[in-house]
Amino acid sequence: MSAVAQTSNAAPEASSRELMLSVRGVETFYGKIQALRGVDIDVYAGEIVTLIGANGAGKSTLMMTICGNPQARSGEILYRGDDITRLPTHDIMSRSIAQSPEGRRIFPRMTVMENLQMGALLEDPKHFDADLNKVFELFPRLKERRNQRGGTLSGGEQQMLAIGRALMSRPKLLLLDEPSLGLAPIIVKQIFSAISELNRSEGLTVFLVEQNAFHALRLAHRGYVMVNGRITMSGTGRELLSREEVRSAYLEGGAH
Amino acid sequence: MEYFLQQLINGITLGSIYGLIAIGYTMVYGIIGMINFAHGEVFMIGAFIALTSFLALAALGITFLPLVLLIILAVAMIFTALWGWTIERVAYRPLRGSFRLAPLITAIGMSIFLQNFVQITQGARVKPLPPQIQGGITLMDSPSGIVVQLSWMQLIIIVMTVVLMTAFSLIIGKTSLGRQQRACEQDRKMASLLGVNVDRTISLTFVMGAGLAAVAGTMYLLYYGVIDFYIGFIAGVKAFTAAVLGGIGSLPGAMLGGLAIGLIETFWSGYFSVEYKDVAAFSILAIVLIFLPSGLLGRPEVEKV
Ligand SMILES: Nc1ncnc2c1ncn2[C@@H]1O[C@H](COP(=O)(O)OP(=O)(O)OP(=O)(O)O)[C@@H](O)[C@H]1O
Ligand SMILES: [Mg+2]
Repeated sequence: MSAVAQTSNAAPEASSRELMLSVRGVETFYGKIQALRGVDIDVYAGEIVTLIGANGAGKSTLMMTICGNPQARSGEILYRGDDITRLPTHDIMSRSIAQSPEGRRIFPRMTVMENLQMGALLEDPKHFDADLNKVFELFPRLKERRNQRGGTLSGGEQQMLAIGRALMSRPKLLLLDEPSLGLAPIIVKQIFSAISELNRSEGLTVFLVEQNAFHALRLAHRGYVMVNGRITMSGTGRELLSREEVRSAYLEGGAH
Repeated sequence: MEYFLQQLINGITLGSIYGLIAIGYTMVYGIIGMINFAHGEVFMIGAFIALTSFLALAALGITFLPLVLLIILAVAMIFTALWGWTIERVAYRPLRGSFRLAPLITAIGMSIFLQNFVQITQGARVKPLPPQIQGGITLMDSPSGIVVQLSWMQLIIIVMTVVLMTAFSLIIGKTSLGRQQRACEQDRKMASLLGVNVDRTISLTFVMGAGLAAVAGTMYLLYYGVIDFYIGFIAGVKAFTAAVLGGIGSLPGAMLGGLAIGLIETFWSGYFSVEYKDVAAFSILAIVLIFLPSGLLGRPEVEKV
């Protein structure tokens, strides 16, 4: 836990950093249903930013809209100054963005190794061995299971694989959708400290969606709160943690 | 015994041709969940391209047989692959994401269109090709007078099929392209999140299936010596049956299914009657599907993901 607390203290000077991801006035629809209603979010290089909100608020929709599936109907998404709003997903991902999506989406009939190879698709093959070792160091469990099929892993192992797979592309911006879902507290701790470690040692920028608001806000430099497809609050992790509205809505009984 | 062996050789040959076509059905089904009913016609077009290029080479005075075979095979594969790519591009891709039956109906339409197209441009009559590769190895020459022979043509077909299927299994199983195809098969959305160009991968799948169908078409032409615009329908139905029998979506299943259908058909005609050979093949399919609803090597639908 100490590692997590530390990063909250050492929030980088957002204003002096490169604006990595900028979401401006984004509206996304599923058919006639509007899921995002003018969302504005900024993520600066080197930050960990978290997005919290109730079920169905639109968090996963935002993550997927950033990756172009579904595409925003209006508004724009800038990645390092480039407009990526209308690009096909595979083009967006080739700009060193990686996502570990909601539901993990492990390829069930591929081995752990093959899943990781898929993650490294966009990366220079000469980095493969080094990256693989790093992922195995982070999640030794995956190394033991490397020839096992993805569909037969436990939920927690699948989650590790999903994150490991995302890291195999050497992302600059990592999008994580509920990495702690369904995991034992000790694994959650392990994953969160891995995230903060990657952020500190490699300057990895992380945009994190979490149900586990308490952990997420302590880990993150800044946070946003989403309600019904709109951003209703934003601030540093500490600020949000101390806000009464946040505590009552997302934290009651959660500060374990 | 001799008779049995001869039927076995004939059955394996026929099964090889079905297997090559069946792969196209099973791969396309695997990746976009659609039965490409026009695939039989792609096979037929492959045979026509092979014939046309053969006649062109003959007109040019190129008659050195190994060279001729190599060229017609290459030409057939390239142009048939182009057909496969085009069919997907014009007829199926625009419908992706629409209701499930739409591409199926289009595929049937495409199949009819291609048959008519070839009928009009090539004529409705059968096109003969004089036998090019004659002779073979006599495996057994029994006193009873029954000869067991493996013709060169049969040998070429079987060897070619084994080589292609091995190469194909390696591509799908071991290469990055194959992994991308399997990824699209299992979760297209996730594949694109990892940078896979899904549309391109699907196109390549059609191209590969059409290439194998072209090989089958060329072999069919050389083996039987006659083709017409209708061969795609019959062979297509058989190969489709083979794919379902083996377990649609499964690559080894398609090979096994092709072999099974080829053998059933040959043995049935050899021992019972030629007329009912198709009934035999379909009956066995029905029986297998009753006990193994997902085919011989198919995976059951229920799956923990
Ligand atoms: N594919 C879809 N088709 C139609 N509606 C959808 C689709 N996906 C999401 N929605 C709707 O959009 C809204 C936002 O969903 P989203 O998954 O983004 O919420 P979320 O904030 O991630 O929720 P959770 O915390 O439960 O994961 C919900 O009302 C949901 O029902
Ligand atoms: Mg969600």
